[in-house]
Amino acid sequence: MSDTGIRMAGHAAPDAPAPVTPHQVAHRGGETNPSAAALAARFPGAVTRTEVTWGETTVHIVAAQARHLIQWLHDDPSQQYEYLVDVTAVEYRGGGPLEVVWHLRSIAYRRFLRLKAALDTTKDLVVPSVWPVYKGADWLERECYDMFGIHFEGHPDLRRILMWEQYKEGYPLRKDFPLRGRFSRSEQLTQALSANPEAHYSMGELRIADAFDDLPKEMKVRLGHGEVTGE
Amino acid sequence: MATRTVEVALATTGLDGAGNPVRTPLVTDAGGKVVPVTPHDAAEPDFGGEHMLINIGPQHPATHGVLRLVLELDGETVVRCVPHVGYLHCGFEKIGEYRQYNQIIPWTDREDYLNSIGNNVAFVLSAERLFGVEITPRCTVLRVIAMELSRIISHLVWVGTTSIDMGAFTPFLWSFQERENVYRLLEAWTGARLTTSGTRVGGMIADIPAGWLDDLKNFVRTFPRTIDEVDAMLTKHAIWVGRTIGLGAMSADEALNYGLSGPMLRASGVAYDVRKDFPYLDYETYDFEVPVGSAGDVYDRYLVRVEELRQSVRILEQAIARLPDGPVNIDDPRLILPPKSKATSQMESMIHHFKLVMEGPRPPIGEAYVAVESPKGEKGYYMVSDGTSKPVRWRIRPPSFVNLSAIPRMVEGHLLSDVIAINASIDIVMGEIDR
Repeated sequence: MSDTGIRMAGHAAPDAPAPVTPHQVAHRGGETNPSAAALAARFPGAVTRTEVTWGETTVHIVAAQARHLIQWLHDDPSQQYEYLVDVTAVEYRGGGPLEVVWHLRSIAYRRFLRLKAALDTTKDLVVPSVWPVYKGADWLERECYDMFGIHFEGHPDLRRILMWEQYKEGYPLRKDFPLRGRFSRSEQLTQALSANPEAHYSMGELRIADAFDDLPKEMKVRLGHGEVTGE
Repeated sequence: MATRTVEVALATTGLDGAGNPVRTPLVTDAGGKVVPVTPHDAAEPDFGGEHMLINIGPQHPATHGVLRLVLELDGETVVRCVPHVGYLHCGFEKIGEYRQYNQIIPWTDREDYLNSIGNNVAFVLSAERLFGVEITPRCTVLRVIAMELSRIISHLVWVGTTSIDMGAFTPFLWSFQERENVYRLLEAWTGARLTTSGTRVGGMIADIPAGWLDDLKNFVRTFPRTIDEVDAMLTKHAIWVGRTIGLGAMSADEALNYGLSGPMLRASGVAYDVRKDFPYLDYETYDFEVPVGSAGDVYDRYLVRVEELRQSVRILEQAIARLPDGPVNIDDPRLILPPKSKATSQMESMIHHFKLVMEGPRPPIGEAYVAVESPKGEKGYYMVSDGTSKPVRWRIRPPSFVNLSAIPRMVEGHLLSDVIAINASIDIVMGEIDR
């Protein structure tokens, strides 16, 4: 395929030492990702502790500082964490804080770093959004909000993504959410049957287009009064 | 995007004296040089801001599942795209918190269902890290074979369905015929075609049956011919090139920032492949290349995937050559069930069997994220254990979910018909996106 412009690249980071499959990984301890020490030196107040589990470095940080730290990890030439792998959260059985987890990769240095921020579940769950740093955080944060109810401050469009917008039963991946759902089957059926079948589009979508003008007048009035629509 | 030249062939112009097909460039410039097939320039007349709202899906054959796109159109040009997902959401991650580790494996079949055995392998790799066990050499190679077969299936489905989306029916038949051959192999090995559940924590469901390796060798020998046929049919086909080139282009920086992975990222020129950069299953000892594009458009994504099929065949050849003898499952009674004959005849084995099934193996407290290169991109399983037999959290890092999140950026400014091509090029599987 030489004439089509496809080239055969060996590695994303040819200068870095060739990686090997990890074997006999230790449960605790082992080599710490050098970014953890750099992060602790640069932001002494924001890093609470560092641990290495199964060969992966976890840096525990203060939730409110998350975006500053991640911005620095992304921008600093000695770190270059250009790739956001995942944004998710963990809630443990039997109480305790809820942890927001960021998985980052530095492709140039072949590093993997996990950042964790603990949130008190008795207060509002708020962390800064990393969307200004990584556009890929858009849906990942929306999913995390949808499943755990964590508000990502600064996210441009934080709304439910996997569940529908009028879903009222709460946040499914929280530990206090029963596996069968919070409402009874009959209540779920009642709600499904009473949904407005006309409401295919959200107000946001209707407002963007001139299609709004073509709607029947009574529907326009209803939507204009803030009736929640959309799936 | 920099313009580039792709020589295209028209299949209808016949053969020359030597019997070779005559290649007729579609466009030449004044100097007689072949000029690039430029992307659609916005020649649409402006109708004074008469925007239209159009809905595609959730039930539409070209959305590859229950994806719904709400598009705002100016004439035929997309101004804005609002995707809606979640129609297949079944709460896999929630259910996983109520299941033992081996019981989660059937759920991994059903998320990215074109890559079931690849997901099985990825899941147990993560679980084995959490348990701190090392698999046997034979199992390592068998899993490489499983993952590459699974990559071949997924890419074949992609080539077939995408060519149908753009009006080419024949490659669909070829690719699905080959896919059938792979499914026959997987069925002989695991007993199932789609929902394989082919792995267990610490090993595989079974060793490969007698004679299976010969069937695999046969497939590896004959399959490259089909790749060449698809390549010959599509790569220089005027309609194919015209309908794919320049569409949905993402630059390397942008693709990284959007978190794209797999062929989507590599088509944009970033040579990031988990098999090379964060290897698992001893992938660093296999000799294979990572194809990388430059323009990051639909055409490059196609080229990268076709080349990946060839590289998968190379890996399979090496894996067949090095497959060692020996046990498949590890020798660890904490994880592996006793043989059925013993479980029904010896009291100790029966108790052992009962306790493993009813209580399940317990990993130490800890967490692990293990990623593999799935056909769609970086697929990772993040698992957190609190020392009980069920995970506290089982998180799937879905590559096509993140890849699809860039679709509003990719389709804006393109024509409505190009939305179908761009959407197809992402290689989405809604089972994985909605989970």
